Amino acid sequence: MLRATIFAAFAMMLALPAAQAADPVKAAFVYVGPIGDHGWTYQHDQGRLAIEEAFGDKVETLYVENVAEGPDAERAIERFAREGADIVFTTSFGFMNPTVKVAKRFPDVKFEHATGYKRADNVATYSARFYEGRYVIGQIAAKMSKSGVAGYVASFPIPEVVRGINSFLLGAQSVNPDFKLKIVWVNTWFDPGKEADAAKALIDQGADIMTQHTDSPAPVQIAGERGVHAFGQASDMDAFAPAAHYTAIIDDWSAYYVSRVKAVLDGSWESGDIWGGFAEDMVVMAPYTDLPDDVAADAAAMVEKIRSGEFHPFTGPIYDQEGALRVKEGERADDGMLLGMDWYVKGVDDKLPQ
Amino acid sequence: MTGFEAVILTIVTAATPLLIAALGELVTERSGVLNLGVEGMMIVGAVTGFAGAQLTGSPYLGVCASMLGGMALASLFGFLVLRLAANQVASGLALTLLGLGLSGMIGEAFIGQPGLKLERIDIPFLTDLPVVGAILFGQDPLVYMSIALAVSVSWFLFRTRPGLALRAVGNNHDSAHMLGVHVIRTRFLAVLFGGACSGLAGGYLSLAYTPQWVEGMTAGRGWIALALVVFASWMPLRAAIGAYLFGGALILQFHAQAEGIALPSQFLSALPYLATVAALVILSRDRWTARNDSPSCLGQVFVPDR
Repeated sequence: MLRATIFAAFAMMLALPAAQAADPVKAAFVYVGPIGDHGWTYQHDQGRLAIEEAFGDKVETLYVENVAEGPDAERAIERFAREGADIVFTTSFGFMNPTVKVAKRFPDVKFEHATGYKRADNVATYSARFYEGRYVIGQIAAKMSKSGVAGYVASFPIPEVVRGINSFLLGAQSVNPDFKLKIVWVNTWFDPGKEADAAKALIDQGADIMTQHTDSPAPVQIAGERGVHAFGQASDMDAFAPAAHYTAIIDDWSAYYVSRVKAVLDGSWESGDIWGGFAEDMVVMAPYTDLPDDVAADAAAMVEKIRSGEFHPFTGPIYDQEGALRVKEGERADDGMLLGMDWYVKGVDDKLPQ
Repeated sequence: MTGFEAVILTIVTAATPLLIAALGELVTERSGVLNLGVEGMMIVGAVTGFAGAQLTGSPYLGVCASMLGGMALASLFGFLVLRLAANQVASGLALTLLGLGLSGMIGEAFIGQPGLKLERIDIPFLTDLPVVGAILFGQDPLVYMSIALAVSVSWFLFRTRPGLALRAVGNNHDSAHMLGVHVIRTRFLAVLFGGACSGLAGGYLSLAYTPQWVEGMTAGRGWIALALVVFASWMPLRAAIGAYLFGGALILQFHAQAEGIALPSQFLSALPYLATVAALVILSRDRWTARNDSPSCLGQVFVPDR
């Protein structure tokens, strides 16, 4: 009896918002971290704000922060679907299965999952080609470094991160074939203290340019303190070390989010998969500062070449650490190889943790 | 600065926040109160310290603000568990959650701002001495304070009457009460001290370690400090050894990685924890002393009138 009442109550909760959802389009965001991380989640939230800016009272945005990957995520996603959200963006790799599960139960709600690969009629996926930016900063590093050694603060040995390391080194080798890269894995996405310690260790061992695949501005700040140089990650980190910061690879989700919400508004939304880079403005370089004019101009020209498709960072010949040819001369690595990358290119002075 | 000096300085920086937070929790636990809210008090200390420094322009006032922030949260905890006799484990966990949320709210305005750094001291001539100069005379002020704190906590607990009273309260609150020791007041002061230390440890992160505010920047250091207290069997100097060992292993494994030593990085990342646990277990292996050291009323509620 009681159970029946609860079910009835749930059914009403389900039915009511759907009936009311007519007026403003509701766009909901599920975040893995806090908005205040000044990195990954911060950039997604900038995209949410861009939606509000673009459509005014035609849209209503909702978000929830710090959602753990796993069963909790399912609850958070489902709540938005129940509350009458028209489109739900789930912004972390670990939200993939929960998103697909909830999407099955709510066929009228549209879902967009960042960095995943499982799709359905109402589940689209999107991600960004950060590696394009890494090739550009690799070239800058090789031109600006005096010691010929760069330091890389890395998070977890997943294809996304390995791809970034390879792209950076390929860029650097295109300028200086003997360029060295030292890598420290901190096994966390976000721990300012550890990231700082790793940066100090790398600088102490001769790296005079720092780059990172972790989310806090700490390595940039340490580079500033030690008088070496650095590239920012995910957002412009110039303020943390103005003299040290050359540029940053910025994730810019705004244009994508605005276009997807617009599609919902005019009824043209379709499921799909976008892996956008410079060409789609999903990856943007921060202003080049403290660089000689010719280096900055070369970097901007390289961005244009990648944007137009004239050049691809993973153009053969590419050899792996064992010297095996992975990409033939003149060919480009396909997206399948890039998405599953679990090997280092030749010249990386590190053993890939498996 | 030579490479050796740089490595030692980095190790000291990594160890100091752990040491300060562990000392505070150690005193709290010695009085018989288990406060699992170290992480929460630490992160609130980090944000109030950062905010204090930004608003006043002085990192030293920031340090004071961080201690006040930690104490504010600790007094709430003290009120709950001592006055209202709430469950200590649950209240402590709630304190951590509260601290994480509250700090995000306070810190919203400070995201993306570079902070004021608590500078290292620089004594002409002495700091420039070869090899030992920067290590002995070139740290930031809180490092010296943390070492002084370890020594004075040890001295206070084992060489003074109030320290004896505090340990008595932690070991057998009924007897202490009969002897006329004010159990609740003693415990409240110990909780406040713990809060001030946790706050200070957080302030060290946002003012000296990485002068910036980002949400969740303590990243679990409060929990490590809690574990250090237990593994150090409630002895201040052992906690200091543990903190330095942990910091040392952490930094050296980064250097090992940067050198390209072919060990799995996951193993190297786990090394600081393994090494610290192993060393402190060996230090505390004597069962008689271990039993003697742990406060027997830890986590127990004391209600004088009941």
